[in-house]
Amino acid sequence: MSPQTFSGLYIHIPFCRTKCPYCDFYSCTDLHFVHAFTAALEKEILFYCTSFPSADTLYLGGGTPTALPDAALSDIMASVRKQIAISTDAEITIEANPNDLSREKLAHLRSLGFNRLSIGVQSFDDAMLQFLGRRHTADEARRSIDFAREAGFDTISIDLMYALPGQSREGWTATLNEALRFSPEHLSCYQLTIKEGTPFFDCARMAAFQPCAEQDEAEFFMFTSAFLEERGYGHYEVSNFARAEKFQARHNSKYWEHKLYLGLGPSAHSFDGRRRWWNVRSVEGYIEKLLGAADETPDVIRQETMPAGGSELLTDEQLRMEALMLGLRTRRGIELEHVLTFPHASATLQRLQAEGLLIVSSNRATPTTHGLLLADSLALRFVE
Amino acid sequence: MQQIRNFSIIAHIDHGKSTLADRLIQHAGLSNDRQFRDQILDNMDIERERGITIKSQNCALNYTAKDGKEYHLNLIDTPGHVDFSYEVSRALASCEGVLLLVDAAQGVEAQTLANLYAAMEHNLEIIPVINKIDLPAADVERVKEEIMDELGLDAEAALKCSAKAGIGIDEIFEAIVERIPPPTGDPAAPLQALIFDANYDPFRGTVISCRIFEGTIKAGDIIRFMSNGATYKVEDVGVFRLKLEKHKQLSAGEVGYIIAGIKTVSDTRVGDTITNDANPAATAVHGFVEPKSMVFSSVYPISSDDYPSLVEALEKYKLNDAALEYEKDSSAALGMGFRCGFLGLLHLEIVQERLEREFNQSIIMTAPSVQYKFTLKNGQNIIVDNPQYYPDPTTIDIAEEPYVKISIIIPERYMGVVMKLCMDRRGLNSKFHYPSTGRIEINFEMPLAEIVYDFYDRLKSVTQGYGSFDYDFIGHRESELVKVEILVNHEPVDALSIIVHKENARARGLQICERLEKEIPRQMFKIIIQGAIGGTIIARSTINPYRKDVTAKCYGGDISRKRKLLEKQKEGKKRMKMVGNVEIPQKAFVSVLKSVED
Repeated sequence: MSPQTFSGLYIHIPFCRTKCPYCDFYSCTDLHFVHAFTAALEKEILFYCTSFPSADTLYLGGGTPTALPDAALSDIMASVRKQIAISTDAEITIEANPNDLSREKLAHLRSLGFNRLSIGVQSFDDAMLQFLGRRHTADEARRSIDFAREAGFDTISIDLMYALPGQSREGWTATLNEALRFSPEHLSCYQLTIKEGTPFFDCARMAAFQPCAEQDEAEFFMFTSAFLEERGYGHYEVSNFARAEKFQARHNSKYWEHKLYLGLGPSAHSFDGRRRWWNVRSVEGYIEKLLGAADETPDVIRQETMPAGGSELLTDEQLRMEALMLGLRTRRGIELEHVLTFPHASATLQRLQAEGLLIVSSNRATPTTHGLLLADSLALRFVE
Repeated sequence: MQQIRNFSIIAHIDHGKSTLADRLIQHAGLSNDRQFRDQILDNMDIERERGITIKSQNCALNYTAKDGKEYHLNLIDTPGHVDFSYEVSRALASCEGVLLLVDAAQGVEAQTLANLYAAMEHNLEIIPVINKIDLPAADVERVKEEIMDELGLDAEAALKCSAKAGIGIDEIFEAIVERIPPPTGDPAAPLQALIFDANYDPFRGTVISCRIFEGTIKAGDIIRFMSNGATYKVEDVGVFRLKLEKHKQLSAGEVGYIIAGIKTVSDTRVGDTITNDANPAATAVHGFVEPKSMVFSSVYPISSDDYPSLVEALEKYKLNDAALEYEKDSSAALGMGFRCGFLGLLHLEIVQERLEREFNQSIIMTAPSVQYKFTLKNGQNIIVDNPQYYPDPTTIDIAEEPYVKISIIIPERYMGVVMKLCMDRRGLNSKFHYPSTGRIEINFEMPLAEIVYDFYDRLKSVTQGYGSFDYDFIGHRESELVKVEILVNHEPVDALSIIVHKENARARGLQICERLEKEIPRQMFKIIIQGAIGGTIIARSTINPYRKDVTAKCYGGDISRKRKLLEKQKEGKKRMKMVGNVEIPQKAFVSVLKSVED
């Protein structure tokens, strides 16, 4: 790792007040661990700061970062800023749950330097919110966005979910229209994915509800893209839309552009261009590893005390595959130079262009909307 | 020479041949208990898994008989399945006697008879041995009656043993010594050595298994193959123990190996006679049956880049399996490959498995076909075993397909279901007789194509494994044939087309379409599968495309998992074949061959 390599910093806040039945991100609902967690995180920052001295994007995700008490959030931001230079024009994002966003909370977030707010609204339909197990109502969501604007957040992203069981096109359109009333700079629209290990997975298996049919998912997707594009939102990644290019998520784009990032906190992943490693998926394990061993020499933090969950060293071939599959998820697409390193790529490009899934220009191959809908198959077409 | 005995063990499948062979070897002190693996002679994985012997293996045993003399016994192991009667015939030509093994519970079965007739053709001494006498279901008296009535042998001369429990082994050794005649031949006569097997050793080249009928062979001799006149210098001769054991020479009456620096594997023809170049024999050894291919199928590499590797694998494979015939073939759908001739369906399956396992080939095999004869309106006669070369139907005057006479022995209670099965498969001219109380032998004349298809599987299924089965080719007969083509997205997949009897065409076409529908994964576009005779569509199915194939979220923690999935799919793709723009997995081609229990 050379000092300049990293620029994206992710911190995973592993706490939620309640667990949502569809979510498979790591979090725990026992907030007693918060204090020890912030101490452990401070130590992890200290270990990495020499190889990661500065950042131009910072992203607090979770979990529910806004579930943390103000003091804990202050401590975390102080720890970061003490060790890592955050550039003045940095994108500093925090994920928020609508009913955590009081005026006071929002003012505090502004004071800590957050300039982008990603609000987990999910739906403006109370029945859907209830189905999703969310702890807020549509009204609370509306109010939280108004408060955020008042507090001075001029970059707001709204998270929405669609292709829900029983959801109609009209219902989804209503939610989209509600969101657009706030002129958010950014929208993330996720199709519900039923993942193994979540309560929804068991529900679907026991036929407690009927997941959206693939054909309908496809129609929802094409509709959403066209609907938002018509209203000025660029569909720049499979699930992401921005009101202008400058509002595209800078931090998240680093993942799709295969750039380097450091992830701190339980279950967070890091990538240094060759190696990827990830932390243990447990708050207790994370805390114990970082704080468990008494330091003989507090100034020197040893690699062994890092809460590693695993790592992999990527081969050139694997790096090429990742860059391809990530690139094909975005409207930037992928450089032809890169694509052409795959066998029979020109023939595949021609076919995909003929099938209306890719547009090939002089130096890039970019997926069409229909291509984004089939992005995983697209990548597979190139590997053999 | 008086102290040499050359013998084989012949039996119906599962009557305990390999177990007896192992017991004899162990008894002769060649392997102690610690070394003893079950069924030493079945040394291929497939043989162990399927419990059948495919390749003949040989072993020299020393035995001190009750007369105080030491005897040199050469055991020549033989395959036990109907498809391999050719290999049995080669082994039998090298023997003076056989142990005819009969299961004490099962009694005489179809292959017991077939094997007996083969041994009789070679004028061999036959020693009936009733095996598995320790089984609770053993009925030695009934089996003795069958030996007398069915086989026409002296039942009182039958030995009783349990190879598994080691009972009666001494008596078998004594009978071999007393009843099987010693070989004849003149060690001083011109050399006549019969090749009955050959193996390829990557370090030493071809290892020839042979029986010396006349003369003597030693290292340094210049030998000549009588079929093609090729000459080689002998490097090494010896006998088979569990490994090769070098000897100074091999003389008339002996069985052993010859290594003569033969690098080009196709130079060795099993069935050929080796003689001395300087002092040649006047004639070659008689008594060999040329292998006759009954079933034909094409083999293609999944990736056309692997064609050279397949060429090499087939060349090496062929050395160990003289019965396999192959020639170059090409398909519009599958590229360059080989048309292969097999002894039967099991032989085909074994070749396929061995090419994949032992030679690491990823291959696709086409639906098995038999050899059809066509007389065209212009008087020309043609033979077709490959649907690709099916003549223009308007030019055909007479079409003929091969018929076989089948013999099935079953417990009486299965008679109804077996009769129905045979009639459904166009069986004709049935005959029955009762070899013993409660059992029935059924004969039918039937098209070979019906057997090749899935007859044996069906027979085993309807008789719950109690049916024993054998068949003999009886000639071609006039028939109404059609070619069914399979089209994937309107492109004919030549490798999937089949020649069938007119009445079976629709059912087979539908079945192939349905199986392909199940095995071809959804792709990004709609796939239409059709069966057609000429321009007429007789069967159809469709595979709907992916509507959506993308995960909603892909952030820092998702990338590894997604890449791993892609890597796994990439591996899966290696086993796919592109036909037009459709990816067809290897298992789709295989599924077309397989029978399904209904």
